[in-house]
Amino acid sequence: MNFEELHEIAKIENEKRAQFEYSINVCVAAGCMSCGSLELLTSFKKEIERRGIENWCKAKGVGCLGLCSAGPLVSVQRYDQKSEVIYKSVTLDNVHEIVDALTGEPVGRLACSKEMSFFKNQQKIVLENFGNIDPEKIEEYIAVGGYEPLYTVLREMSPANVIEQIVKSGLRGRGGGGYPTGLKWTTVMKASGNQKYIICNADEGDPGAFMDRSVLESDPHRVLEGMAIAGYAVGADKGFIYVRAEYPLAIRRLKKAITQAEQLGVLGRGIFNTPFNFDIKLRLGAGAFVCGEETALISSIEGSRGNPRPRPPYPAEYGLWGSPTLINNVETFANIPAIIRNGSAWFASIGTEKSKGTKVFALAGRINNTGLIEVPMGTTLREIVFNIGGGIPEGSKFKAVQTGGPSGGCITSDYLDTPADYESLTKLGSIMGSGGMIVMDDTSCMVDVAKFFVEFCMTESCGKCVPCRDGSAQMYHLLSKITSGEGNINDIHMLEKLSDLINNTSLCGLGMTMPNPVVSTMHFFKDEYLAHVHDKICPAGVCNMKRGGRK
Amino acid sequence: MSKEIKQTSLKEDRRLRMVDRTMRIYGNEPHALIETLHAVQESYGFIDTDLMQYVAEKLGVPLSKVYGVATFYHFFTLKPQGEHTCVVCTGTACYISGAKAIMDDFAKKYDLLPGETTKDNKLSLLTARCLGACGLAPAIVFDGVVAGKQTPETVSNTIERWFKNEL
Repeated sequence: MNFEELHEIAKIENEKRAQFEYSINVCVAAGCMSCGSLELLTSFKKEIERRGIENWCKAKGVGCLGLCSAGPLVSVQRYDQKSEVIYKSVTLDNVHEIVDALTGEPVGRLACSKEMSFFKNQQKIVLENFGNIDPEKIEEYIAVGGYEPLYTVLREMSPANVIEQIVKSGLRGRGGGGYPTGLKWTTVMKASGNQKYIICNADEGDPGAFMDRSVLESDPHRVLEGMAIAGYAVGADKGFIYVRAEYPLAIRRLKKAITQAEQLGVLGRGIFNTPFNFDIKLRLGAGAFVCGEETALISSIEGSRGNPRPRPPYPAEYGLWGSPTLINNVETFANIPAIIRNGSAWFASIGTEKSKGTKVFALAGRINNTGLIEVPMGTTLREIVFNIGGGIPEGSKFKAVQTGGPSGGCITSDYLDTPADYESLTKLGSIMGSGGMIVMDDTSCMVDVAKFFVEFCMTESCGKCVPCRDGSAQMYHLLSKITSGEGNINDIHMLEKLSDLINNTSLCGLGMTMPNPVVSTMHFFKDEYLAHVHDKICPAGVCNMKRGGRK
Repeated sequence: MSKEIKQTSLKEDRRLRMVDRTMRIYGNEPHALIETLHAVQESYGFIDTDLMQYVAEKLGVPLSKVYGVATFYHFFTLKPQGEHTCVVCTGTACYISGAKAIMDDFAKKYDLLPGETTKDNKLSLLTARCLGACGLAPAIVFDGVVAGKQTPETVSNTIERWFKNEL
């Protein structure tokens, strides 16, 4: 494979595309698929064939269109005018009229308004190909400029150059920690050792987060390319993607993508006729949240229980099988090709002073537009929840937005004007996390929510260190007592003490951040806790209170 | 049944070939343990002690380690599943959108708690930590097919249809 061949593929694909004036793009990511989008795609294909219009119209499956709550979604693109109509909640009965409407006015009652802030107010880097290319065809990825950044890197840049670009871009780890990516790459590059590894952390265990799943299902090549670039920069020739077994579709698409990339020679030996080799292998997780922690993840790839170990030494120096290992999240790798293509200055111009670029968020819970969005760092929570997210369903009242999953906290309406960036969210006692945002209304009891997260961490604790293993059980016990109406004020004090202890003495991130949901709900919703212990009532009416408490 | 006979019958098992194949792909290296257990579960539906013993010998890892790994990860199950399985997602979005009511309904109607199978071996109830289908909360996987926006009523409809062999 050389540059001309890559261009040739892109040219052929673009010509093919230009033949069709209309393209009916049906979302085939997991959300829409569970609403029957595959049947819908078949039906569109049959209808096109039946009408004999296959020479100017085609139907294809594409990645996530974002607005998961209104699935299945169908986007009708007109090639020459570069216009697009997105239809929501499409059923098999609508196929006829949508094909009818190709050359005329769109079907009004099904179409999403273009002015809808959900679509208008986003800025897409990681999600740029979503809803546009078929995730199962490498040619379509190449047609939109894919694998060109890898070529540029291999033929025109030195590893030091690449890392310099990443450092300058200001990209920070998208998995939650926000560690500067360039710094991590530098450490691995400088680490001594003949064998180095790249690991892509796709163990998206946070309940309520599905950004990585969508990226892997909708644009898998982007992640492979990001990993290969990283491999060249730090001097690694082997990569692993550690992906959750709960994501069967993402696994299938990744396998397909890797095979295609190997066949075309953009992965494997002597990529683009350079001495650079890079292989990527998949490793399946098996349902352990703690494996998102890097040392636990490494232990799992080695075939053992996912027990974390103390750091240092950090994986950058002593990782997989003792070799220097670079671990980045899916979204971090997905940003790399765009940074190489458009330059670090472009990337650094987006976002805030300390948090550059964009962030993908998964909106879920009591919010009208549940789905996947991408906004510049620093966009306010109000903008995300009420403008892009469309606010909360009528008749209920916004109570809190939960960010960062079991390691994060809740943010109340008083703080909605906080910009969503690493520092601001940490200041509020929450974290950016991987990007899950769960909106809650007055039907959620915050003590119960805290109990939910503590129960999660209790069952997910690997059991290696005492504060996490026993502390989580104690916290769960205290919260159960409070939510059943048997608690007293001392239990609240004990929770505060325990939180501090667990935070300061646990071995890994899971334990250290486990008290966050409790601390943050106790801070913002103290009155709810007090109502549970003093008045023995649950203001939201969720908890099953034994009135009167213990005698 | 003596151990030898059991081993032979295992070897003749076609399902075992898939497990062997997986181990071979990874060069029968100890680090293939988790992938191998995935293959075991996929072929047999669950992981029993004989199979753990078999995997331990083939990969050269102690049985205690195989058992440790198989019980550490929630995805692996050591008990056979019923004819039909229901996996209820208990992620945050599903939880606040009513997954709890669905679980309560299972306990009430079918006397099932997570991880259990009905006595007639028809139905197993499992939970998942998050399916990533948060846009469709609450989500449930019926025999491997994800269904979104479920309520106790829609769930029991599906199950009743299973029981009547309509699905």
